[in-house]
Amino acid sequence: MTEPRSSWPLYEVFVRGKRGLNHVHVGSLHAPDDEMALRNARDLYTRRNEGVSIWVVKADAITASSPDEKDPFFAPAGDKVYRHPTFYAIPEDVPHL
Amino acid sequence: MDLEREFERVVAADHRIEPRDWMPDGYRKTLIRQIAQHAHSEIIGMQPEGNWISRAPSLRRKAILLAKVQDEAGHGLYLYAATETLGADREDLTTKLIEGRQKYSSIFNYPTLTFADVGVIGWLVDGAAICNQVPLCRTSYGPYARAMIRVCKEESFHQRQGYELLMTMMRGTDAQKAMVQDAVNRWWWPSLMMFGPPDAESSNTEQSMVWRIKRHTNDELRQRFVDMSVPQAEKLGVTLPDPKIAWNAERGHHDFGDIDWDEFWQVVKGDGPCNAERIENRRKAHEDGAWVREAAAAYAAKKERVA
Amino acid sequence: MSFDNAYESLVEGHEEKHWAFGTGFTHALSGVDRAISSTVDRDDLAAYCLMLGDDALVYAQRLAEWCAKAPELEEDVALANIALDLLGQARMLLSRAGEIQGTDEDALAYLRDSSEFRNVHLAEIDCGPGPGGDFATTMARLLVFSAWRLALLHRLTGSADPVLAAVAAKGVKELTYHRDHAAQWVLRLAGGTDYSRERMVAGLAVVWPHLDELFTAHPIEHRLAEAGVAVDPAELRSEVDSVLDTVLGAAGLTRPDVASVPGGGRGGVHTEAMAPLLAEMQVVARALPGGVW
Repeated sequence: MTEPRSSWPLYEVFVRGKRGLNHVHVGSLHAPDDEMALRNARDLYTRRNEGVSIWVVKADAITASSPDEKDPFFAPAGDKVYRHPTFYAIPEDVPHL
Repeated sequence: MDLEREFERVVAADHRIEPRDWMPDGYRKTLIRQIAQHAHSEIIGMQPEGNWISRAPSLRRKAILLAKVQDEAGHGLYLYAATETLGADREDLTTKLIEGRQKYSSIFNYPTLTFADVGVIGWLVDGAAICNQVPLCRTSYGPYARAMIRVCKEESFHQRQGYELLMTMMRGTDAQKAMVQDAVNRWWWPSLMMFGPPDAESSNTEQSMVWRIKRHTNDELRQRFVDMSVPQAEKLGVTLPDPKIAWNAERGHHDFGDIDWDEFWQVVKGDGPCNAERIENRRKAHEDGAWVREAAAAYAAKKERVA
Repeated sequence: MSFDNAYESLVEGHEEKHWAFGTGFTHALSGVDRAISSTVDRDDLAAYCLMLGDDALVYAQRLAEWCAKAPELEEDVALANIALDLLGQARMLLSRAGEIQGTDEDALAYLRDSSEFRNVHLAEIDCGPGPGGDFATTMARLLVFSAWRLALLHRLTGSADPVLAAVAAKGVKELTYHRDHAAQWVLRLAGGTDYSRERMVAGLAVVWPHLDELFTAHPIEHRLAEAGVAVDPAELRSEVDSVLDTVLGAAGLTRPDVASVPGGGRGGVHTEAMAPLLAEMQVVARALPGGVW
């Protein structure tokens, strides 16, 4: 059994704004499960506008190609390593920006 | 290296870098730091105005303010999501915020003392934020730029409602007019500080301009904000608390007085009027909610096992 | 505020100097037929609008206390949406009462004292984030309140008063969403961890003593129900009970074994929670007499 996380998984949100259009990726959010993800998506991305259709999918369920043929997935500095949050030693005392 | 040249070519051509593209470590780190600070600012920024939702003096103002503060939660969400496309983790960033290891905009460490502050925050603070943020709609990192488009659209409603509240109050009683002027006096200089230190002292500006994360310098944006605000103040009938403000025909801009950078650094370093309180509130909300987040995650895990 | 097309922001250009949105919060009753039937007692109708309006206003005030304090940002957004829905209902109902009585929504919200408010106690008690409760208590109240108000508004869509019917029709969609939100959370908290289940059981015990008041008709409600304008709350009991039992059953919970407490909110008798709630809500409006906002 995996430990229950106190942080929820990331979901990607796709919205069909009106009939005749494709679902389009609008952003992402966190939710404990699919059903709550759908509710949160309605609240956040459509303000519960009726007549729109929403898809939510767990971000880690998406398989993606890279945008061009030189697939950086296989490059030395590919993106895999960045999946580990510990990779980021963010400076502790950032004065501004 | 091919990948680096390709990155530079895309950025120089004003195209967007997308999450799975190769990017220099520095670019990724700078973005995570900047977007996280921006997200933290939205979330901490809910507090100074959120304090007044319960006391808003008309039901219309109550609804507007609640919707506005709700928007800020949404903006924080969009921005945290943008950091996650770079491999960051919201929980981790929240921990860094409440442990004081990451900053947020210093403006939210000033107190909101009267309801007029709600209007002045909308007009000046959101106005300054818009000056900072509109150029970011064209920033080189795609998910950040797209989040900013959404944020900017909503911010413009925020600024509008703030200015409208002030115009309404300036048509009201003498006590109301005095409240507005007092709030302008307190928020004007901190608003100018929102653009960050002068260009000469801004260590991150140059590289961020090359990477097109930033599109204008701090001083350029500050000048734009002053030029925007002066006629708005006149129209409103308030005096900006800086006797040196004057039109300079030669420059085609307004001159203005010197900013108290000692105060700026004091607040940045954590000794502003409300730093401790803002962080403590955020920490408490996050910790008080832990059992709820755990419960929902545990429920989902049980359902998955059954399925 | 409206997103007719959820992704328009992704495809449209941005105009830098443009204040894009109107504020859209101006006319509480715009576009609704506001005629009052000559067969309806005007004072009764105004009082009834205050009852339903005060329920929504006072409860929205409580819900807004969660702002920036919710367990997760997504939930902050959800609770604010629910509070905004109820505030919208309150504004329409108080505006209706105001136009009958020759006053307005703000005078009614800010210048009445506790004894003139007609909301039920369930709307006013502290269920968290204050010391009176927590997120589980908050969801327990949301479940009971929204199950009850949804049943009420559902019947009110057939009201002889056009404003009440219009407010109810809009409110039914909103309350359906609120009730579902609460039910989802009751399931998760009851079925989550041992601790969350404990909190859920405790939360239900806080709100349950105020249940009976929801089904006790005030004489005004009786009279207006006979005239086809209002709903007799006693008629809602079996429907609400069945909804609550369904949710509790799915969550593996039972009804708390707690005694009822006296109600009286419809007649202006309130709990100790009411005076501080109003003092805070009204402080700015009352401190600046003649102020315009």
